[in-house]
Amino acid sequence: MEIKQTAIAGTLESSDVQIMLSQSHDGVTFDLVSDVAKQFDDAIKATITQVLAAYDVHNVLVKVVDKGALDMVIRARAITAVQRALDLADEPNWEVL
Amino acid sequence: MAAEERLRRTMMFVPGNNPAMIKDAGIFGADSIMFDLEDAVSLAEKDAARYLIYEALQTVDYGDAELVVRINGLDTPFYQNDIKAMVKAGIDVIRLPKVESAEMIHTLETLVAEAEQTFGREIGTTHLMAAIESARGVVNANEIAQASDRMIGIALSAEDYTTDMKTHRYPDGQELLYARNVILHAARAAGIAAFDTVFTDLNDEAGFYRETELIHQLGFDGKSLINPRQIDMVNQVYQPTQKEILTAQNVIAAIEAARQKGSGVIAMNGQMVDRPVVLRAERVMRLAKANHLVDSEGNYIEK
Repeated sequence: MEIKQTAIAGTLESSDVQIMLSQSHDGVTFDLVSDVAKQFDDAIKATITQVLAAYDVHNVLVKVVDKGALDMVIRARAITAVQRALDLADEPNWEVL
Repeated sequence: MAAEERLRRTMMFVPGNNPAMIKDAGIFGADSIMFDLEDAVSLAEKDAARYLIYEALQTVDYGDAELVVRINGLDTPFYQNDIKAMVKAGIDVIRLPKVESAEMIHTLETLVAEAEQTFGREIGTTHLMAAIESARGVVNANEIAQASDRMIGIALSAEDYTTDMKTHRYPDGQELLYARNVILHAARAAGIAAFDTVFTDLNDEAGFYRETELIHQLGFDGKSLINPRQIDMVNQVYQPTQKEILTAQNVIAAIEAARQKGSGVIAMNGQMVDRPVVLRAERVMRLAKANHLVDSEGNYIEK
């Protein structure tokens, strides 16, 4: 699936993560800012990559600002962002949940 | 009715799109945690909150708390997907706002049953509760409370209700007296729980205690809360006295003695113990345990 529009989900509040997805033709590329990047960089990327794969999205620029979000929050924000980027916001993909 | 006897003194509201509050919601000891997809979430973030609660329900351990979600109303475009997502997530209770008729509960029940079927949940495991927020809701409280075997409770929501009644909330609560009694009777007649409305002025501690003591005296199961600080305050009001606990222990000992003798008649101090007394004693002991006033065997703990 191709990204239809730039979409953003999440906030910059503590325990949250903000994920922005925009069009790209260059595979999945990350731009990640996190206070805990050293320890959790790979885990954050892995969670988002997993969600992207579930929606069959293979070309996207992923901008992440992490404020110490738990994995479940990263997953929820990633799902929200992808749904919005694919213009599916009102039509949840129940298989992915 | 679906209401197995459990304590429901405190039902704490948690805004549905706030990760920090959602992850910590289990640590305050609320009997029920109510995730809010309705008024606490802006229109633009309804989808985000839905996924966030969904993921939280999959991963966060909320202990023994009963997990409730307030979905968006029947007249919103979010209603159906809220139901599907929450049923799929395995929520304990769906709370429907602004309920005015049994029909609204029937509609909800049909959709919940469909979702249970679709997502492979056991049919009947998702319970329901109704928030009564209008004069029509109060007038129809009986049929609402009895609308479904899935119903576990009804709650008064006073902000909308007082507006509908062309008044507002007063410190003495006179304007809510009728609604409170109607809702309580509807709940008791249906064998389900009755929840009082939120108290929003966090600085008026005396007012909070006054209101909680009133609804405790009336017989409400408990109260909806907006701040974890209020949990201990409610529990304190619902806490049984040492005398009540000792009486309850005697009643329970008398039941045990009667059981061992194989006698159907329970006697205490030469008097017969009626079923209401037994039920009250059991409730006192449940409250005492929840307040850590007795140990696991029911012995009073001196403080």
